[in-house]
Amino acid sequence: MQLPPALCARLAAGPGVAEPLPVERDPAAGAAPFRFVARPVRFPREHEFFEDGDVQRHLYLQDVLMQVADAPEKPRVPAFACQVAGCCQVFDALDDYEHHYHTLHGNVCSFCKRAFPSGHLLDAHILEWHDSLFQILSERQDMYQCLVEGCTEKFKTSRDRKDHLVRIHLYPVDFRFDKPKKNRSPASAEVPGDSGERSEGEAMEICSEPVAASPAPAGERRTYSHRSVSKLFLKHVLNVCSVLRILGCTLGRCASHTEFRKVTLGKKIGFRFCRRRKSRCFRSCE
Amino acid sequence: MWSRRRGHLRPTVCGVEELRRRRREQEPARREQQLVSKRLLREDAPEEAGEGCVAAILGEAEVQQFLRQAQRGTEEKEREGALVSLRRGLQHPETQQTFIQLEGSMRTLVGLLTSNQALLQLEAARCLHELSHSEQSTIAEACLPATSYLLTYLSGHSSDFIELCLYTLGNLIVESEAVRRQLLPQGIVPALAACIQSPHVAVLEALGYALSQLLQAKEAPEKIIPSILASTLPQHMLQMLQPGPKLNPGVAVEFAWCLHYIICSQVSNPLLIGHGALSTLGLLLLDLAGAVQRTEDAGLELLACPVLRCLSNLLTEAAVETVGGQMQLRDERVVAALFILLQFFFQKQPSLLPEGLWLLNNLTANSPSFCTSLLSLDLIEPLLQLLPVSNVVSVMVLTVLCNVAEKGPAYCQRLWPGPLLPTLLHTLAFSDTEVVGQSLELLHLLFLYQPEAVQVFLQQSGLQALERHQEEAQLQDRVYALRQTALQG
Repeated sequence: MQLPPALCARLAAGPGVAEPLPVERDPAAGAAPFRFVARPVRFPREHEFFEDGDVQRHLYLQDVLMQVADAPEKPRVPAFACQVAGCCQVFDALDDYEHHYHTLHGNVCSFCKRAFPSGHLLDAHILEWHDSLFQILSERQDMYQCLVEGCTEKFKTSRDRKDHLVRIHLYPVDFRFDKPKKNRSPASAEVPGDSGERSEGEAMEICSEPVAASPAPAGERRTYSHRSVSKLFLKHVLNVCSVLRILGCTLGRCASHTEFRKVTLGKKIGFRFCRRRKSRCFRSCE
Repeated sequence: MWSRRRGHLRPTVCGVEELRRRRREQEPARREQQLVSKRLLREDAPEEAGEGCVAAILGEAEVQQFLRQAQRGTEEKEREGALVSLRRGLQHPETQQTFIQLEGSMRTLVGLLTSNQALLQLEAARCLHELSHSEQSTIAEACLPATSYLLTYLSGHSSDFIELCLYTLGNLIVESEAVRRQLLPQGIVPALAACIQSPHVAVLEALGYALSQLLQAKEAPEKIIPSILASTLPQHMLQMLQPGPKLNPGVAVEFAWCLHYIICSQVSNPLLIGHGALSTLGLLLLDLAGAVQRTEDAGLELLACPVLRCLSNLLTEAAVETVGGQMQLRDERVVAALFILLQFFFQKQPSLLPEGLWLLNNLTANSPSFCTSLLSLDLIEPLLQLLPVSNVVSVMVLTVLCNVAEKGPAYCQRLWPGPLLPTLLHTLAFSDTEVVGQSLELLHLLFLYQPEAVQVFLQQSGLQALERHQEEAQLQDRVYALRQTALQG
């Protein structure tokens, strides 16, 4: 198939519209027995016209899937340890380390050191577990946000939210990233109702379960041996503030409220930025 | 990317025919087409054995042992090794069956998938990926407890892991409507809409794959495509198709196919036109033609095919005409680009010529401007050179020529004199009724608008060429009418 030499030049030149020749149709053109009508053609899904192109597509996919299914050859390096304080994991492949870092240190709660698979779940956790203001507000309005991205429903209790997740979003009843918080405050009415309840250190742990599922909560396993003293102190400060608020104590109210807000909610941008990094970084936001 | 993909394609002669046979046999089953890509993958796997060890089928006791070791082993390497052994065994359908029949096995695997040991998590995900390759919908359905976690992990940061989750999801989606029925309320569409903003090319390719599988589901037009169109996915998809330095061919291929599945389902194409689909795809077509000229053509047809299909189908929408009363796609360069691609197909992939000619038909049918371009850019002769390829191609070439001729005398004058009449005399000798029928239509237009052609036709034994078909039921009337015109003229 020979193309005119000027064609490539036309492609390289700027956009343009050809000035159309005059159109002049004779009615005899469409007169029987002739039936040609110029019309754009539409092919719907599953039309046999697509067969050849679809075959090429499947061959291509087959090749792609083959490459994915083969586990990648990991380039090995001299063994090195994770640099995050308190983490003792050792690696001999950079890809492994990258996955470890993102999984365990990427979205970490600075208060309780739990790791979450996404920023979205971490945000929800911090609000619901470590923000006493949240607890107060939740007594008056629906505060428990649905965990499914894109769903804007909110609920009065985490139990109601779990019901919603199970009924509407078909989530498993024991979804591991929706642990109800254990009660600390005596004034809170919420009863954690999850039968699969585990103790605090285990938001992402399951390893100690036997093969045949048993509902007994597994023993706690800590992956972080280090606890920054300043974080424990902060935690106590927050708890004291929340107790004071609940008891209506006016003495420390304004000061503790301001301090409290500043620490947990006030500097939202700095707060979000920091908690994804090493725990020590949180201090610099204050 | 292009050359790497090319290098991995295996010789495909028997594969292609087998694929075609299967597709035709199972015509109503959209599922079959998708199965095809996974089935061939598994059939060829035993020959590959590139890892140096051929995986053995695992019995129940072995599966249980590996699971127990993975879950309770003391050494991390030991636990990881157990999962690696399990994964290899899961390449076999028998092992997959054994696994899902073992009580608590999926629960354990999901537990490992959500563990805080990142490498165990990765190996558990690979085991799940192996299971997702199964052709049995029961196996896919056994993976249902994992889907909420796979979706959750899409908003993480570990790109390799996200990629693996996406391919796993894509495979599971193909296999079972029950899986799709669960994934939609679990929020797969918003999860993909969030994930599509990832900067990682491998993640985007995997996402495009998963989305393309979702869009091919038989219930997609009613149950899936509306929510996809309502999300930000279409805008992001179109962004990935914009030509320029950021265009990644592998990613563009996936999203072009996604767009094709959406467009040919005809749910709400005006919405896509409103997002600029026509101009984006038109510019991409120009870009593809440029790539062909620079001979960067490895795998280009993989992207050209869905782009041609999208453009062709979109051009049938009434919305195309509404912007200022003109067609949104008017740039003459589109015709030049299309012919460069037609030449490329002619040399490398003739089976795609009909798709290119389909676009040419849709461009020229209602557009005097594009018909004029065909004439002014001297593209009639190259078009005629395609006639010998096949009957389907012949009919389409003749149809495009009819599109030009039916616009009137000014157009037919430019078709005369020239190779057109001798070519028509040649196609009248074909045995295919459709080719001959279309030739008769063109001849009628030529006689009507360019009466001088009649004499030449008669001189070149045109009547005999006509009479060959006077007994053919579908052609008789037209043969007779043309004969009368010729004899009277």
